[in-house]
Amino acid sequence: MKDKPAATNTLTKLGSAFIRKEPFGLVLIIAPWNYPVNLTLVPLVGALAAGNCVVLKPSEISKATEKVLAEVLPEYLDQSCFAVLLGGPEETGQLLEHKFDYILFTGSPRVGRIVMTAAAKHLTPVTLELGGKNPCYVDDNCNPQTVANRVAWFRYFNAGQTCVAPDYILCSPETQERLLPALQSAITRFYGDDPQSSPNLGRIINQKQFQRLRALLGCGRVAIGGQSDESQRYIAPTVLVDVQETEPVMQEEIFGPILPIVSVRSLDEAVDFINRREKPLALYAFSNSSQVVNQMLDRTSSGNFGGNEGFMYLTLPSLPLGGVGNSGMGRYHGKFSFDTFSHHRACLLSHAGLEQLNQMRYPPYTAWSQQLIRWALASPSCTLL
Amino acid sequence: MDPFEDTLRQLRGAFNTGRTRPAEFRAAQLRGLGRFLEDNKQLLQDALAQDLHKATQLDSAFIRKEPFGLVLIVAPWNYPLNLTLVPLVGALAAGNCVVLKPSEISTSVEKVLAEVLPRYLDQSCFAVVLGGPQEMAQLLEHKFDYIFFTGSPRVGRIVMTAAAKHLTPVTLELGGKNPCYVDDNCDPQTVANRVAWFRYFNAGQTCVAPDYILCSPETQERLLPALQSAITRFYGDDPQSSPNLGRIINQKQFQRLRALLGCGRVAIGGQPTVLVDVQEMEPVMQEEIFGPILPIVSVRSLDEAVDFINRREKPLALYAFSNSSQVVKRVLARTSSGGFCGNDGFMHLTLASLPFGGVGASGMGRYHGKFSFDTFSHHRACLLRSPGMEKVNALRYPPHSQRNLRVLLVAMEARCCSCTLL
Repeated sequence: MKDKPAATNTLTKLGSAFIRKEPFGLVLIIAPWNYPVNLTLVPLVGALAAGNCVVLKPSEISKATEKVLAEVLPEYLDQSCFAVLLGGPEETGQLLEHKFDYILFTGSPRVGRIVMTAAAKHLTPVTLELGGKNPCYVDDNCNPQTVANRVAWFRYFNAGQTCVAPDYILCSPETQERLLPALQSAITRFYGDDPQSSPNLGRIINQKQFQRLRALLGCGRVAIGGQSDESQRYIAPTVLVDVQETEPVMQEEIFGPILPIVSVRSLDEAVDFINRREKPLALYAFSNSSQVVNQMLDRTSSGNFGGNEGFMYLTLPSLPLGGVGNSGMGRYHGKFSFDTFSHHRACLLSHAGLEQLNQMRYPPYTAWSQQLIRWALASPSCTLL
Repeated sequence: MDPFEDTLRQLRGAFNTGRTRPAEFRAAQLRGLGRFLEDNKQLLQDALAQDLHKATQLDSAFIRKEPFGLVLIVAPWNYPLNLTLVPLVGALAAGNCVVLKPSEISTSVEKVLAEVLPRYLDQSCFAVVLGGPQEMAQLLEHKFDYIFFTGSPRVGRIVMTAAAKHLTPVTLELGGKNPCYVDDNCDPQTVANRVAWFRYFNAGQTCVAPDYILCSPETQERLLPALQSAITRFYGDDPQSSPNLGRIINQKQFQRLRALLGCGRVAIGGQPTVLVDVQEMEPVMQEEIFGPILPIVSVRSLDEAVDFINRREKPLALYAFSNSSQVVKRVLARTSSGGFCGNDGFMHLTLASLPFGGVGASGMGRYHGKFSFDTFSHHRACLLRSPGMEKVNALRYPPHSQRNLRVLLVAMEARCCSCTLL
């Protein structure tokens, strides 16, 4: 919160220059259903810390959480500066017609466009935390069980309903053969022989998502899992192979416990595959060779990157969480939240007197005075006007 | 019937009272949030279980700044070189390919940029495209990875709407009416020198120029002769023949400005002009002036000035002149603007150590100096871990025991990780 001092140049030496971080005003936070507490409260912390008034629009799909946030949370906050507003797509559309001073939206790219278009009418700045298909490249040079453990845990966590989960694997046919038994082994270890009865496996949020995911089970060939139970909205941890790029499972963000494996013959082919598509929110590369990991990092773009790891990076407040391209814009977490929800106001306080020192900048100009000005304005400054 | 109207109005009203500003208030809010989580753990867990059947109980990290890709820079006509090249420096430094769209209104500079500049750059990574509003609209239908626009709020909306279709992030450097508060406690000649110089520079065609003065009638009386004196000193008895006074860019702008001369009463005439007895509803107080005309609006106190300012759109720049640094700081504290300068004009934008950008209707995003590099870069969070040491990870895998979870939480907190709530 403290004013951040900035360097002055010769002409402004006697003043004080600083950046003052100010709240924007009225902030709208729109949260999704997959991590309905985290993705509501973590942005909220940033918005409040930055001194804004906040309107929270939790997801109507995660109904139980929505109820708690609407009925209990306001009791803990100053309600003249905080409100929870409820509703579905229609009400959100209405809400977006109003002017806000900042909007942070977490959700799909499709709705992200709608939010930004609405924001544009009021010139409201936005942070959009969107999604995409997060590629997971697995090099031939790896320990299959280690990779399987890590990929499986991050893929099936929350029944795959995670914007930064590995969405699909890219590897060679040989590595696929080594991975499959390792993935089965990891799944059994984590969730038991009957995953449906494991307390550690989540469920799909609603019927609509369940039906969508069940349809994806028809793509490629089921190598592991594939079972589903509509009454529980349960889908088994599944691995698909022989998947074509044109099939539905490779066309949309999966957001479920289904992991397709796409064959590539080399790192180059994997990089090309990735770069042909929209920039993802997260990108993963597994290899014993740090060179391979770094190559993947250097030759691609994504919101975030994990080498030999899943989305652990988002537990580090020292790292910003945000997308690029279709996966979003802006970032938050930790100090980045405070900065995101603040306007960084450039301030210069000059002396009211000492007018003699200003004389050289006023016209009429001589060759001498112009030279003096140029010298005085020298770095760091923009002298070309 | 809009169910949200009342709530939103109340919240905005609360914000305007300054309630959320003090650190103590914010800390109290955050503590409340903390208590909410502590008090209602079970409730939240149950809710999460109901919604998602969630299970309870979780090398080298660095930020890599990468170019976005293809950047579009749209530049205006008032500082056609600076407002093209300074953003360009940032975009190139950040490693992007750039398309430059200079203003078709400043035709001579447009010509030089289109014909000469490309020869000095690698033309596989840089291009200048030309055209008017229609060509611009066509250009905006294409997908860019970043758009940097300097111009009016009206066109800013159009640019952002077009960008939204492709989810393209933008920086919009817009404008507004920059208030200039002049306190009774001041030296009129000093103030007049500074305000006049920054107002009439480039014939007033500057997005950060003081747009209008707010002062008491008494101060107005002291300012007028001082302003006349400054104008004569800077531009001579016949300003039209001064080499130091610019000209209006084209006929359209000229006609627009000439019409504004009918507002209020001309206190100092010719070009440069000072108007007095100006009403808030008159055209000269309704649009950004962008010319060598300076209206003075009467206020009876600092409070009235602050209210006047806060009733209107947030400006790109805000100025306050006073011998008292308290007064200056109070204006700063009670208003919002892109940038602020006390006792001077837009010197703040000559400092590359300060970010240059607007807020609200005056824009979003910022640049200059290192801020340019950061603006034109995607800040990619990276975490590289060891492919081995898998035993250490065993803690986080299910099935979870209470003990495992406790150890995990402690480990995460020790690393100052705070986002453990999933």
